[in-house]
Amino acid sequence: MLSVNGLRTRYGRIEVLHGIDLEVHSGEIVTLVGANGAGKTTLLRCLSGIQPVTEGTIHFRGDNITTAPSYARVKQGLVQAPEGRQIFTNLSVEENLRLGAYQYRDARVDKDLQEAFALFPILREKRNLPAGGLSGGQQQMLAIARALMGRPMCLLLDEPSLGLAPILVDQILETVKSLKELDVTVFVVEQNAFAALSIADRGYVMETGQILMAAPANDLLADDRVREAYLGV
Amino acid sequence: MSEFLQFVFSGLTVGAVYALVALGFTIIYNASSVVNFAQGEFVMLGGMATVFIFDAGVPIWGAAALAILLTATIGILLNKLAIEPARGASVVNLIIITIGASIFLRGLAQIVFDKQIHRFPAFSGDTPFNIAGATLLPQSIWVLFGAAAVFIGLYAFFTRTLMGKAVLATANNRLAARLVGINTNFIMALSFALSAAVGATAGVLVTPITLTSYDIGVMLALKGFAAAMLGGMGNPFGALVGGLLIGLIEATTAGYLSSDYKDAAAFIVILLTLFVMPQGLFGQKSMERV
Repeated sequence: MLSVNGLRTRYGRIEVLHGIDLEVHSGEIVTLVGANGAGKTTLLRCLSGIQPVTEGTIHFRGDNITTAPSYARVKQGLVQAPEGRQIFTNLSVEENLRLGAYQYRDARVDKDLQEAFALFPILREKRNLPAGGLSGGQQQMLAIARALMGRPMCLLLDEPSLGLAPILVDQILETVKSLKELDVTVFVVEQNAFAALSIADRGYVMETGQILMAAPANDLLADDRVREAYLGV
Repeated sequence: MSEFLQFVFSGLTVGAVYALVALGFTIIYNASSVVNFAQGEFVMLGGMATVFIFDAGVPIWGAAALAILLTATIGILLNKLAIEPARGASVVNLIIITIGASIFLRGLAQIVFDKQIHRFPAFSGDTPFNIAGATLLPQSIWVLFGAAAVFIGLYAFFTRTLMGKAVLATANNRLAARLVGINTNFIMALSFALSAAVGATAGVLVTPITLTSYDIGVMLALKGFAAAMLGGMGNPFGALVGGLLIGLIEATTAGYLSSDYKDAAAFIVILLTLFVMPQGLFGQKSMERV
């Protein structure tokens, strides 16, 4: 579904991703774990067309989208849920969600809105309030729900657990897991390696702009180096 | 009493023009947080282009429509050639670019048009209505209704349409706007076109009353800015009320005090607004949890 080959990118003169290869198959939950500053969010920005790629290619469902504008990628079904602060703070919760379906004007938008509310009931409660007033966890839910409004075939999730209380982390990850039943492929980037690996099928470990390891999630959870470096055991 | 009514009429007329300038500010501000100081030049271009197209033999409606279209195109070019290349620059830098653009457009108008003062005939003649001892020009009614129509259109656009929300979303968080699939370059071009068209409309409506020349834009931009500040930057309703208030304050100052102080009135309002309530009459206090 999503395939990245030899991807490099730079901020100014400094290269931050040094040839990334990775593959996400249809129906999988794949996670990319790594420490702060490893380049995880930069990779997501490349995948969404926010950060230009200097070398290498990105293919999505067979199409080369390496230089496609971000709105075209969303239309094709590659949708990113950025970390929770990237919401429209001055618009209401419902307006945020409706903008998630910006490219669609059909009846399914209202149906999807109800589904998003069913998934995160707190958002229904606060639908008419400005999104800037939501708590961190609620903003995170809003960012995910808004991405789901964009009808993703492949959902890119940036640090869904960032800044959340442990109980909320579990709740968000359960939700991510349940997306599988909706036929949504998920690529989730996380600092919280244990949480991410526990719901994923496969995992990649990233460090200073390179992929160090790629293996089924269970193998990574059992790997001594991973346990030491990222799981704190 | 008839004297006061006269001041009200002239205040509302000129205030409606300030309101249109302020609405132009509002659109671009809502899309990009930039205050476009070339807004007054859009008004000038609308009036001047109508004059010259009309003189070339095109009927007044056609001339007005062409002038508005032309100004909208210049708005798009301004965005494409001056604002877009400076992407990533701070808002202050972008505002300085718009000041440069306004000087450039003024110079260009001097060359392409001329330095004379111009007008074209009023839409419905020059015979004034007599209301309770005060006179009201038919063109003033055009100006007032034009401003009302533009306001209603914009208000509906920003509160009722998804594209209007997309403009607000682009200003609020451009990264997030791109991630939900909004073509932010298009939104910026659209808001510049819209804003230029609104400014040009003001120029078309008011030229038969106030006349026009290449340099009317500076004062209009400042007065419109005062109106937008007073009403609360970014709020279309505030722009409308602010514009009318500035017009009324100006007309009564000129009438009861001295017309020498007419222009000072708007600037005193800017200062008072900044001192007493920087968010304006209808501006939102920004609330954000971090």
